[in-house]
Amino acid sequence: MKKHAQTVIGAVLATAGLFAGTSAMAGKTLDQIKQRGQVVCGVNTGLAGFSAADSSGNWSGLDVDHCRAVAAAVLSDASKVKYVPLTAQQRFTALQSGEVDVLARNTTNTLNRDGSLGLHFIGANYYDGQGFMVPKGKITSAKQLKGATVCVQSGTTTEKNLTDFSRANKLNLKPVVFEKVEAATGAYFSGRCQAYTTDASGLASVRAKEAKDPAAHVVLSDLISKEPLGPMVRRGDDEWFAINKWVLSGLVEAEEYGITQANVEQMKSSDNPQVGRLLGATEDLGKHLGLDKEWLTRAIKTTGNYGEMFERNVGPKTAINLPRGLNNQWNKGGLMYASPLR
Amino acid sequence: MSHFSMIEARPLPGKKNRSISWRSREGRSVIYQIVAILSVLALVGLLVSNTLSNMRLRGIQSGYDFLFQPFGFDISETLIEYAPNSTYLVAFLIGMLNTLKVALIGIALATLLGVLVGVGRFSANFLVRKICYGYVEFFRNVPVYLQLLIWYLVFTEALPDFDKAWTLGNFYLSKNGVSFPWPVWQMGQTLALLGAALGGVFAIYYRRKAKAHFDQTGQTRPVWGVSMAVTLALAVLGWLLGGAPSEWNLPKVGDFQIEDGGVFSPEFMALLCGLVFYTASFIAEVVRSGIASVSLGQHEASASLGLTKSQSMRLVVLPQALRVIIPPLTSQYLNLTKNSSLAVAIGYPELVSIANTTLNQTGRAIEALSIVMLVYLTLSLITSALMNWFNASAAIQER
Repeated sequence: MKKHAQTVIGAVLATAGLFAGTSAMAGKTLDQIKQRGQVVCGVNTGLAGFSAADSSGNWSGLDVDHCRAVAAAVLSDASKVKYVPLTAQQRFTALQSGEVDVLARNTTNTLNRDGSLGLHFIGANYYDGQGFMVPKGKITSAKQLKGATVCVQSGTTTEKNLTDFSRANKLNLKPVVFEKVEAATGAYFSGRCQAYTTDASGLASVRAKEAKDPAAHVVLSDLISKEPLGPMVRRGDDEWFAINKWVLSGLVEAEEYGITQANVEQMKSSDNPQVGRLLGATEDLGKHLGLDKEWLTRAIKTTGNYGEMFERNVGPKTAINLPRGLNNQWNKGGLMYASPLR
Repeated sequence: MSHFSMIEARPLPGKKNRSISWRSREGRSVIYQIVAILSVLALVGLLVSNTLSNMRLRGIQSGYDFLFQPFGFDISETLIEYAPNSTYLVAFLIGMLNTLKVALIGIALATLLGVLVGVGRFSANFLVRKICYGYVEFFRNVPVYLQLLIWYLVFTEALPDFDKAWTLGNFYLSKNGVSFPWPVWQMGQTLALLGAALGGVFAIYYRRKAKAHFDQTGQTRPVWGVSMAVTLALAVLGWLLGGAPSEWNLPKVGDFQIEDGGVFSPEFMALLCGLVFYTASFIAEVVRSGIASVSLGQHEASASLGLTKSQSMRLVVLPQALRVIIPPLTSQYLNLTKNSSLAVAIGYPELVSIANTTLNQTGRAIEALSIVMLVYLTLSLITSALMNWFNASAAIQER
């Protein structure tokens, strides 16, 4: 009998011990990453051009490139990334709970998300806007969609934008909301909805990769929202935030100064003092981030500068065929304006 | 808690040992139970405080205050009107009503189909028997999630576009769903419903009177015929009193879809078909086992009393079969209601779908999910309570 009682009490204490450990704050993200030798990166389950895995399981895309560049900067090896595919609903919880170190999943920055979810947006890697895809034919403007049914994926800012647009223009649009993006696009292609809505980049990707005949569908030129997409990190680790932020900025600045994947070694001996600073040839900027002076050089060698990343993943020469538009350098009419690395 | 309390010794008369000591069996069992309850409470408390402190550390806001903020997204199917500034509370209510809509219609249809198939398995006709058997084995062995996806494909891929809809009079069937004429709601319809409800009350009263009459004299009265006639008459009377409105809201082909009239969306139809065909296969088995549990002697005895086949089924076999049928039937009703949450896959805006959107707009994951759990729990408990009441009324009344 006594033994029985001891077992019960022992089990209770053991269970209590299990949960007590988790309340302590996780240690510094960078230390953890170095210890485990891997950056854990939350990505989209499949959005060509941003994050998608090929048949042999290799991930590529604009968001994936951010993860690779960060891995190159902190671990000196771009392949040391573990990709965790996340749905729109899982993504924030995964980052909050520490399941992933950085969330690079074409995620829009909004006040609500910044303020109430405990997350930090590190900067935009793609300036986007929400648009509509419709079957090619009579509709040429989103405002003609009066009374139409629109397919949407749940768990995105898209639903609210759609409603705002519908109410502002008295269109009485009817959203049909799906949990998975494949279900939403499937319903659109089956003819259930007259339009499919998401960020314009996503529309281009779906049209290029999912449509049986891409020419039978058009992406309308109206954009109904601002969608600055970019990676996010958890609050409470400023050092890790800074590393992500400056890797992103560094790659944008590299494009501005003409540093490319191919010429990065020659550029180290450039006469331009800013180039020398960026590449760690003259000044060691990495130490301010807890990294060595070659950090950005390795990142550029891995992914190329921001312009190269754009062209390789989503640019006009790819199937997705997105114009540079807002994502051009600030001195070429775009919004990509990196704070100076000095 | 203690293994020894399973078989209680009969207490000695007149001598009760009330002292609580570690050495007495009762004393130990009380202490074990207190320890068990305290450890469960401690575990729950630990989990809650751990979650809250983790959320605080990570700067995640919590609380239910968001329920009183406007929800700001559109819901394609609602049973109640909402305004642009309606709160999340209203959104949850809309989701719950949509869940109830599919659950109630689904339960009614699944019961009907299930009983038909279940009875069909006793048919003298070889083909009917085998078809019912095949139906049960097919539908209960394919996962309901897959069935929903297949139904949705049927309703979206296989049907024509709205402008080439299959029509039958004022009924339209297309990728837009099923559109049908719907009366323009006026006083007359309300009064007609009221009349029908009164008729229902009368039917219950008349059935009791007829039963008492039968017990006294052995004469039967046409309960069904009289009840139906009175209900119908009262409904028509209500309609006439309300000015006999006859205006219909007819569906018509619009720019992008069939507009106006009543409509069942493809999402609703797919969900309803999926749940009904799946659950009916289980109900059929429940009904079959219930009927099989009534011994053959009962059929023979009622036949020898001179009852017709239908009387024998209705008055002798079914009341006995019901006692076996009702408890597992309750589980099937609960399953149907809970399975409706799979609708997120096919875009029907029921409770879970609304909660998913809310969760993403507000970031309150734990809160939104706790509301969903609470609603399902409440619905299930209400269903159970109703079915238990029905079960009690069907149970053997010992005299």
